Amino acid sequence: MTTHDPPWYRRFVDNTIFWPLIALAALLIFNAFSSPSFFDIQVRDGHLYGSLVDVLNRGSIGIILAIGMTLVIATGGVDLSVGSIMAISGAVAALLLTETSLPFPVVIVAALSASLIAGAINGVLVSIVGIQPIVATLILMVSGRGIARYITGEKVIALVDDQFSPAFDFIGNGHFLGLPFTVTLFVLLFVATLLIVRRTAVGLFIEAVGANPNASRAVGIHAHGVKIAVYMFSGLCAGIAGLIDASNINAADTVNAGVFTELDAIFAVVVGGTALSGGRFSLTGSLIGAILLQTLLTTMYTFGVAPDVAPVPKAAVILFVCLLQSDVFRRMVFRRAEA
Amino acid sequence: MKVTGLLRLSPKVVPLLTTALVLVLLLGGASASFDGFASSYVMADLVSENAFLGIAALGMTLVILSGGIDLSVGSMIGFTTILVATLISDGRWSPVAAWIAALGIGTAFGGAMGMLIQVFRLPAFLVTLAGLFFARGMAFAIKKQSVQINHPMYDRLNDITLPIGGGAELSFGALVFLGMFLVTVLIAHFTRFGRNLYATGGSESSAVLMGLPVARTKIGVYTFSGFCASLAGIVMTLYMDSGNPANAMSLELDAIAVVVIGGTLLTGGIGFVPGTLLGVLIYSTIYQITYFANLPASLARISIGVLLMGFIILQRWLSRAR
Repeated sequence: MTTHDPPWYRRFVDNTIFWPLIALAALLIFNAFSSPSFFDIQVRDGHLYGSLVDVLNRGSIGIILAIGMTLVIATGGVDLSVGSIMAISGAVAALLLTETSLPFPVVIVAALSASLIAGAINGVLVSIVGIQPIVATLILMVSGRGIARYITGEKVIALVDDQFSPAFDFIGNGHFLGLPFTVTLFVLLFVATLLIVRRTAVGLFIEAVGANPNASRAVGIHAHGVKIAVYMFSGLCAGIAGLIDASNINAADTVNAGVFTELDAIFAVVVGGTALSGGRFSLTGSLIGAILLQTLLTTMYTFGVAPDVAPVPKAAVILFVCLLQSDVFRRMVFRRAEA
Repeated sequence: MKVTGLLRLSPKVVPLLTTALVLVLLLGGASASFDGFASSYVMADLVSENAFLGIAALGMTLVILSGGIDLSVGSMIGFTTILVATLISDGRWSPVAAWIAALGIGTAFGGAMGMLIQVFRLPAFLVTLAGLFFARGMAFAIKKQSVQINHPMYDRLNDITLPIGGGAELSFGALVFLGMFLVTVLIAHFTRFGRNLYATGGSESSAVLMGLPVARTKIGVYTFSGFCASLAGIVMTLYMDSGNPANAMSLELDAIAVVVIGGTLLTGGIGFVPGTLLGVLIYSTIYQITYFANLPASLARISIGVLLMGFIILQRWLSRAR
């Protein structure tokens, strides 16, 4: 019987997270040679500092968005509105912190509720109204930033001087257990999501809806409910990311908050081995995809690539990954290798 | 009798009629509420202010009719403005040479994206998303800041206007937009390419079975959209007398919104190019109203989002009713 088993290495090569892990390892080894200080970690005031910690800290927004996006893509959808929801969440928090004396937890709950409502709108449009996900979430992508700007009164709300909130500042700039608090946030969110989708039937429902909506309805899965839930979860993730973004700069900058992040999140999920067509998904793959993307950016910055120009190599990588997943491209390369 | 006649209208025409009705209501309501709104100056502004958006939306209309989407147009406009400005001001190129270069690059860029989408069966939104990143990055690679254009030909071209009575006149950019509009109407509604385009957008597999040149059609629409985006960029340099790598940020969203508000179905195959012209006019009218009513511009953006949602739900309802 053992002779029919695939060779031992196939288990690793066929795993969805194998290739993104290899790419990440290659990038890290490249950095180890080109800039030796990349792996230096210093301890100052009990906090860890260094390029690796920086990657995790700056990557936290992308990771959190990718967690929500993974579940949406697994149902066969996509959420283009996360950048706009980030702006809304930051705007709500900043407005309540400056204009009211509400206790801090209430402010956070209010900001996250706004994100949940935004996600619920997406979910209802996709499931009950039956609009394609790209189109449905496009509506909030277009108008969400307008809503955020309306909330802040068309200006940047800065949380400085008497408006400064130490608790709010802690979200994006604080340290916990020696690491940036943002790391704690994404680890908690990741572990909680993993437990919910893998230890309960929720993950199975999501994959069933993404793989075959009709069959899943036939076996009694409430497809509408599952879809609304994943878009609300994606909205919640975007809301948390928006709070981190606003807290980083202690301001709600609705023009620049979360611009292009929806694209980074989709990219992280695709690189992580979850197909855009829906069905099987890998949260760990998306986590590695998001870290890979941030490491790539940090590497480019150390080589003096201006942040403005960084989209060019990013576009090249997106295209390359897409081509690798294209059957036509694989067949072309395969045939050439045979000839 | 009239009512039953209306009800029997083809569902293809209902969105276009709704668009026209919305525009008439908006213009009528605004003219009644604000002094000076119903003037030839404001009407000229409606076309002139958003000429570059209109040109990009014309290309987007054909892409959406074919069942695709092009997210790269905003970045392509930004890239074209800074390329043209740098070539003219720093490179001492003649404007005509700079425009030809820009149009060539934009057209080739659109064609390349179309090839990737068609040949490798990649999702259009991912390929054009990579195009969005690429073109914006290249724009910043040329120059990081705004570049002024001081060239006698720009002054001369900006002096070419069309009086429409009451002392108001259509700008040169508006004339380019209207010219391009006529060209696009011809392509979409009076050529074989146009008929192939509707067939492809209606049902790609049926079009293939009928032996229509689907591949050529799909590559063609992205090429045309790339041409329109670079032309829109050139019109933008005429409008602003400068180029800036950050120009037209997320304009692709406005272009898509304008096309959908113009009654074109996002799933492809159904829609009319004149609808896009009406969509641009609705877009401009909403912004003019917020200006006249002294309301924040973010409200205009929200209303466009609400209008977009209304049209998408209307389309969904019509396609279900069929």
